[in-house]
Amino acid sequence: MFDIVAFIPRAIGQSVPLLLGCSGEILTEKSGNLNLGIPGVMYVGGISGVIGSFFYEQKCAGGNMNPFLAIMIPLLCSLLGSLLMGLIYCFLTVTLRANQNVTGLAMTTFGVGIGNFFGGSLIKLSGADVPSIALSRTSAFFARSLPFATNLGWFGKIFLNYGFLCYLAFIIAIISALIIFKTRVGLHLRAVGESPSTADSAGINVTKYKYIATCVGCMIAGLGGLYYVMDYASGVWSNDAFGDRGWLAIALVIFSIWNPLIGIFASILFGGLYIVYLYIPTGMDYMEFKELYKMIPYVVTLFVLVLTSMRNKKETQPPASLGLSYFREER
Amino acid sequence: MKKSKAEPLFHIVKRDVLPWYKSWGIRLAAIAAALIVCAIVTTITTGLNPIKVYISFIQGAFGSGRKVWITFQNMSVLLIISLALTPAFKMRFWNIGGEGQVLVGALATAACMIVLGDKIPNILLILIMTVSALAAGAIWGLIPAIFKAKWNTNETLSTLMMNYIATQLVAFFTIVWEVPKGSFTVGIINQNTNAGWLPQLFGSKYLLPIVVAAIVTAAMYVYLKYSKHGYEIAVVGESEKTAKYVGMKTGKIIIRTMILSGALCGLAGLILVGGINHTITTTINSGQGFTAVMVSWLAKFNPITMIFTSFLIIFLERGAGEISTNFGLNQSFADILTGIILFFIIGCEFFISYRIVGRKKSGNAK
Repeated sequence: MFDIVAFIPRAIGQSVPLLLGCSGEILTEKSGNLNLGIPGVMYVGGISGVIGSFFYEQKCAGGNMNPFLAIMIPLLCSLLGSLLMGLIYCFLTVTLRANQNVTGLAMTTFGVGIGNFFGGSLIKLSGADVPSIALSRTSAFFARSLPFATNLGWFGKIFLNYGFLCYLAFIIAIISALIIFKTRVGLHLRAVGESPSTADSAGINVTKYKYIATCVGCMIAGLGGLYYVMDYASGVWSNDAFGDRGWLAIALVIFSIWNPLIGIFASILFGGLYIVYLYIPTGMDYMEFKELYKMIPYVVTLFVLVLTSMRNKKETQPPASLGLSYFREER
Repeated sequence: MKKSKAEPLFHIVKRDVLPWYKSWGIRLAAIAAALIVCAIVTTITTGLNPIKVYISFIQGAFGSGRKVWITFQNMSVLLIISLALTPAFKMRFWNIGGEGQVLVGALATAACMIVLGDKIPNILLILIMTVSALAAGAIWGLIPAIFKAKWNTNETLSTLMMNYIATQLVAFFTIVWEVPKGSFTVGIINQNTNAGWLPQLFGSKYLLPIVVAAIVTAAMYVYLKYSKHGYEIAVVGESEKTAKYVGMKTGKIIIRTMILSGALCGLAGLILVGGINHTITTTINSGQGFTAVMVSWLAKFNPITMIFTSFLIIFLERGAGEISTNFGLNQSFADILTGIILFFIIGCEFFISYRIVGRKKSGNAK
C-alpha cells in the first residue's frame, strides 16, 4: 500500500524549493526585512535560469552541450535575476524607507508576472522554432544523481538519488545557520534585526547589513525556483506551476522559528504534507476530498503559528524590528 | 550612506507636511516616469512602438461603451475590497487575507443559490445570501483577529494561511457541485430561473456594484473620520500603548474591526457571484485581495483617494490586458507593467516625506 521508499524521495524533492526559500527568507528576516516578495523572487529565479538555458540550448541545437556551461549559464542567470529583485526591494525599503509589506506584495505581482510572461511568450519573442519550453537536455545535467545511487537499494534511493541543487540546498541551510549563530557577522546581523539603533551606535553599518542579507537571501530563494523548473519539473516551464510554494516558504520561516537547521526538517515535513493527498486513498467517486487534503499544510502552519505565539518564549520570537524600516534621524 | 569620513555629500531631512498640490505633483511625476520606463520595457521586450502601445492602453479601458462599464464595474469591486481592508490597516493590522475573505463570501453566496434556489421567494433568497456572505467573510476575518488579540499571533501570516484554506474549500465545493460531472466547474448557477441573481438597477447590469461601492465609500469615510470607532482605530494604529493607557480595550477593537473588514470582503464576494459572474471558481477574485492592499496603502488609507488609486490600478490592468490580446502577448504582461508603476509610486513617497539637503558650499569640508 504505502511505499515509504518511494514517498520519501518525492517529499524531499518537494522540500528543496521550500527549504531554499525558507533559508533565504530567514537570512532576510534576521536583518529586520520582512520580504513578502519571495514568491515573486522565486519565479524570477526560475525563469531567468530558463531564459539562459533556453538560448544556450538553441545555440547548440545540433551539437553537444558542454556540461559545465549547461549548468553554469542557468545558474548564473538565476542568481543575477534574483539579485536584481533583491536590489529593487532593498532600494525601496532600506534607502527609500518604503513600507515593507506593500513593497513585497508589489514585488510578488511583478515577479510572478515576469515568470508567466516570459514563460508564455519566450518562444514567440525569440522567434524560435519549438512547440514548448522543454529544456530536457539541461535538466538532465541538473537532475543527474550520483552514479552509484541506483546500486545501493533503498539507501541509495532515499539518500543519494537527487540532483546537485538538492544537496546544495541542505548545505546552504547548514552554512547559513552557522553564520547566523556562530560568527561575529551573524551576531551583527542579528543585532541589526533586533535593534538597528543599538547596532548603529555600536558602529555596525545597518544599511550594508540589510542590503547584503536581503540580496543574498533573494539569491538563495531564487535557486529554489531554478531547482523546481530544472530538476523537479524536468526542464518544462508551465505557467503558475510553481504555485504557492513561495508563500509556504515564508510560513516555514515561522514554523522553523528563524533557525535554518529546524528549517531542514520542517521543509521535509512540509514537502511530505504537500503531496500526502496523493497517497490518501479516496476512490474515484470522492475526488473532492483530495482538495480538502491539500489544505493540510496550511492548517498545520496556522496551528504552529498560533502555538508558538501562545508559548511566547523569548527564543521563538521574530526579530524585534521585523517589518520596520530604520530611520537614523528618528531614533 | 556615503562611506567617506568627511561630511557626507548630502543628508536627508524630514519634511514638514507638504501642501496637497505639491505631494500630488510628486506622485504624478512618479507615474509619468513609470510610464516612460514601461514604454522602454515594452519596446525592448516586444519591439512594439510605445505610442501605439499607449493608444491601445486607453482603448482597452475606454474603447467602447461596454468597455467603460466593465472598467467601472471592476473598479467598484476592487474599491469595495480595498475599503474593507482599510480599517484593519489603519490600526496596523496587516490583513493580507482579503482574498480568502472574499472567497468564503462568494462560496456562501453560491451555496445559498444552489441549495435554496427556486425553493423560496427570490427576495428572501437574496436576503439570506447577503446575510450569509457577510457572516462568512466576518468569520474568516474573526479567526485571525482572535489569535492576534489573545496571543499576538503574526496576522500577516495567519491571514495568508486563511486564504489558502478558503481556496481549498472552494475547490472542494466546486467538485461537489460540478455541472456536468467531471468538468471541475460549477457553470452558470440557476441559468434558467435567474434565482438569486442580484437585481439590475435601471436596466443596467453593471450599475449595481458601482452604486454599492459609492455607498460603502461614503459610509467608510464617515465611519473612519467621524465615529468613535474610527477614532479608536486611529489611536490603536498610532500607538497601542497609548490606547491601553487611556483605557481602550485593544483586543475588543481589533476583533470588532476585523469582523467589519471581513464582512465587507464577504460583500464583495456576494457581488462577484450574485451580481457579476453567477458562478464560482477558485480564481473568481483573481488576486484582488492582494491588489487591494496596495490600493489602500497608495491612498494613505483615505477612502476618497482610494477611488483614484483603484481606478489607476484597474485602468492599468484593462489597458495591459488589451495590449496582450492585440499583440498576441501573454496576459501576465499587465502584471509586469503594474509592478513597475507600483515600484515608482512606492518609491516616490520618500520624496514626499523627506527632502535631500546638499552639503553647504562654505561648510567645513576637508
